Amino acid sequence: MANPLRDPRDRRLPKVAGPCGIVLFGVTGDLARKKIMPAIYDLANRGFLPPGFALVGFARRQWDNEDFAAEVHDAVREHARTPFHEDVWRQLSEGIRFVEGDLNDPVSYAQLRDVVEELDRLRGTMGNHVFYLSIPPGLFPVVVTHLKESGLSEPAAGEWRRVVVEKPFGHDLTSARDLDHVLESAFRPDEIFRIDHYLGKETVQNILAVRFANTMFEPIWNGNFVDNVQITQAEDIGIGGRAGYYDGIGAARDVIQNHLLQLMALTAMEEPLSFDAQQVRVEKEKVLSAVRLPGDIDLHTARGQYAAGWQGGVPVVGFLEEDGIPATSTTETFAAIRLTLDNRRWAGVPFYLRTGKRLGRRVTEVAVVFKRAPHLPFSDYAVQELSDNALVFRIQPDEGITVRFGSKVPGTPTLEVRDVSMDFQYGDSFVDTSPEAYEKLILDVLLGEPPLFPRSTEVELSWRILDPILDRWAESGRPEQYASGGWGPASAYDMIARDGREWRRP
Amino acid sequence: MIRLENTSGGAIAHAINQERHRMGSPATGMVMTLLILTDEEFASDATEAAVLSARQHPMRILTLIPRPGRGPDQIDAQIMVGGDDGPGEVAIVRLRGNRSAHANSLVIPLLLPDTPVIAWWPADAPPVLADDPIGRHAQRRITDMATSPDVLAALAERRAGYVPGDTDLAWARLTSWRSALASLLDYDELPVTSGSVTSEPDNVSAILLRAWLELCLSVPVALNSGTGPGITEVALFGPRGDVGISRPDGAVAMLSRPGLPDSPIALPRRGLPELLSEELRRLDPDEVYGESLRETGKVSG
Repeated sequence: MANPLRDPRDRRLPKVAGPCGIVLFGVTGDLARKKIMPAIYDLANRGFLPPGFALVGFARRQWDNEDFAAEVHDAVREHARTPFHEDVWRQLSEGIRFVEGDLNDPVSYAQLRDVVEELDRLRGTMGNHVFYLSIPPGLFPVVVTHLKESGLSEPAAGEWRRVVVEKPFGHDLTSARDLDHVLESAFRPDEIFRIDHYLGKETVQNILAVRFANTMFEPIWNGNFVDNVQITQAEDIGIGGRAGYYDGIGAARDVIQNHLLQLMALTAMEEPLSFDAQQVRVEKEKVLSAVRLPGDIDLHTARGQYAAGWQGGVPVVGFLEEDGIPATSTTETFAAIRLTLDNRRWAGVPFYLRTGKRLGRRVTEVAVVFKRAPHLPFSDYAVQELSDNALVFRIQPDEGITVRFGSKVPGTPTLEVRDVSMDFQYGDSFVDTSPEAYEKLILDVLLGEPPLFPRSTEVELSWRILDPILDRWAESGRPEQYASGGWGPASAYDMIARDGREWRRP
Repeated sequence: MIRLENTSGGAIAHAINQERHRMGSPATGMVMTLLILTDEEFASDATEAAVLSARQHPMRILTLIPRPGRGPDQIDAQIMVGGDDGPGEVAIVRLRGNRSAHANSLVIPLLLPDTPVIAWWPADAPPVLADDPIGRHAQRRITDMATSPDVLAALAERRAGYVPGDTDLAWARLTSWRSALASLLDYDELPVTSGSVTSEPDNVSAILLRAWLELCLSVPVALNSGTGPGITEVALFGPRGDVGISRPDGAVAMLSRPGLPDSPIALPRRGLPELLSEELRRLDPDEVYGESLRETGKVSG
């Protein structure tokens, strides 16, 4: 029976998650404190969590429920996006529990099971639980095995149990498959949620809205009109305190494998039959399957490590001098690759993907660069300041869309043309700011709506693309050093210049 | 802020454009035009709420204040564009003397081309919004029955003059209640045989909530008077147990469900900016409001 108070026409009512709770592993980690806990509060504050929602922390700490609640409280006060309201906090804190346990100890999981069952009885979580593994991937097998053996991963009829993991989803194809195998030993494939927080961003979802809701972009969205596509994710900071995670992973595994290939798939995919998870996934998988690597990887990829220098007017250390990074590290902090797609729409259109740390500024964008008009009825002089038309999705910051085109220079006696840009900017919000990616994604997990989560096939396809490049790099010695505060190593400029093109300055 | 005295719609539009150019950003990303029809008493609160909403819904805000009978026959305007107050454009326009009856012709040059127009009457509103000269421009027409000195008369008037596209802030105030009630029934397919809503007397949101519940559940729902503030309790009764939400002090609400201990739930009373932002999020007719409004005429008061 459908809930009589829910009417599909009644779109004021938020789609509230049904009865459920989250069991959080790795409660003391940065991600848990800065993103997950605040996002849970923000969801509660916006009225998206069910009334009896429960949050269970699991860690090897001598804490009781109140201690853990105090931790969550501090994290929320410090990092939540929405204002702190005592009554919202009270609602949330009533459902907070803590289990002091060891990830390796079956007794701890038995205790966790008791707590979860008690929540079902006392809070009405009704057997619906998410296990959020905010822990290093090396610990997944032991946790998942214990969840299975303790019966925690096994839902009764009408209940569900879901698992959430964060990137990296392995470090190559083989390890990604091992990870899938571990997760699927205890959870059904559609109950496994891999979080790529980029996909939760409103601006990323807007790529699909703009492409498929409008008439004027689709006819030119192909190799007849598009010259190339440049997808950039640049950070102005270095690796910070993440040496332990970053060394041996590097920019390509950290960013290209997931975020940039997903952005490429959304930009290049055909129109899905509908926006349900299955249809979108099918189209994304088709794009990833159509990827062709450059014949000579050395000529059409680039990698680098940031060197000591100046960034935005401030002195900064180089990657090899960072704490915890060995001076012999060959981990790349900048990676750029050229891919092409073997399909009718995109044949001959290169997709340039680049990411790096300590670059000129923090920016993520997808730039679709169009071909020059086949004939320009102006003198060369008149159009020398006209560059290629471009449509840019600004993912972050300054979320919005820019269209660049030529327009007459005002006041010139002859007809001269130069670039102008037309800008759409999402209103920065005050009354009810646009939600953080984590809010959207956690809510989708609770609702069981998977369109924004990559499935194992997509992850495997991504590794198939990246593995040959990583293998080639591994046998090619050390990455090139590049100056901090710029746009990457000389080899990055060379690789695109070989194609007769140049990078946009993002 | 720019002040224009003895001006016209065209001159105001020109001044807004000039101001945009002066600030170096002639292009605007406005997504709608909001017309606020108000007297002096509500003008500043309403304009302020709209300016805050404009951060989420970039828009041109025209606050129109008719001042019949006072002063000379002229139009005066204050204009604010961009800046610290947010991305919107605001014109507060006083229509004095015989100009007060002709706000309609004033706004025509000021409507942003090809984007939705919304009209909002923070207090007094005409009987049939869609027939009003200003309301006719708008695809969404917002009122607030709760500000009326006689809310039952206001309710009857809104019901009689309802045209799809009308909506009311008394309905928006209910969203968090309605959402909490809907999620109560998500828990369990509890059969409901009757219900009750308790509020301070003549609370128009409570009347709408009762109508909505009766409409959705097809069961009788009693309306009880209490001391408030606002709505204090909603209960649904059935053979397998009762569920309810009570909010005796207007702040912290308690949820009761069969077989489970009571638990607190946040049901904050929201301010004007939040309510307005909710209204502006969707601009197609709110059919559920229309049906609930109609239903208020069927039940005995």
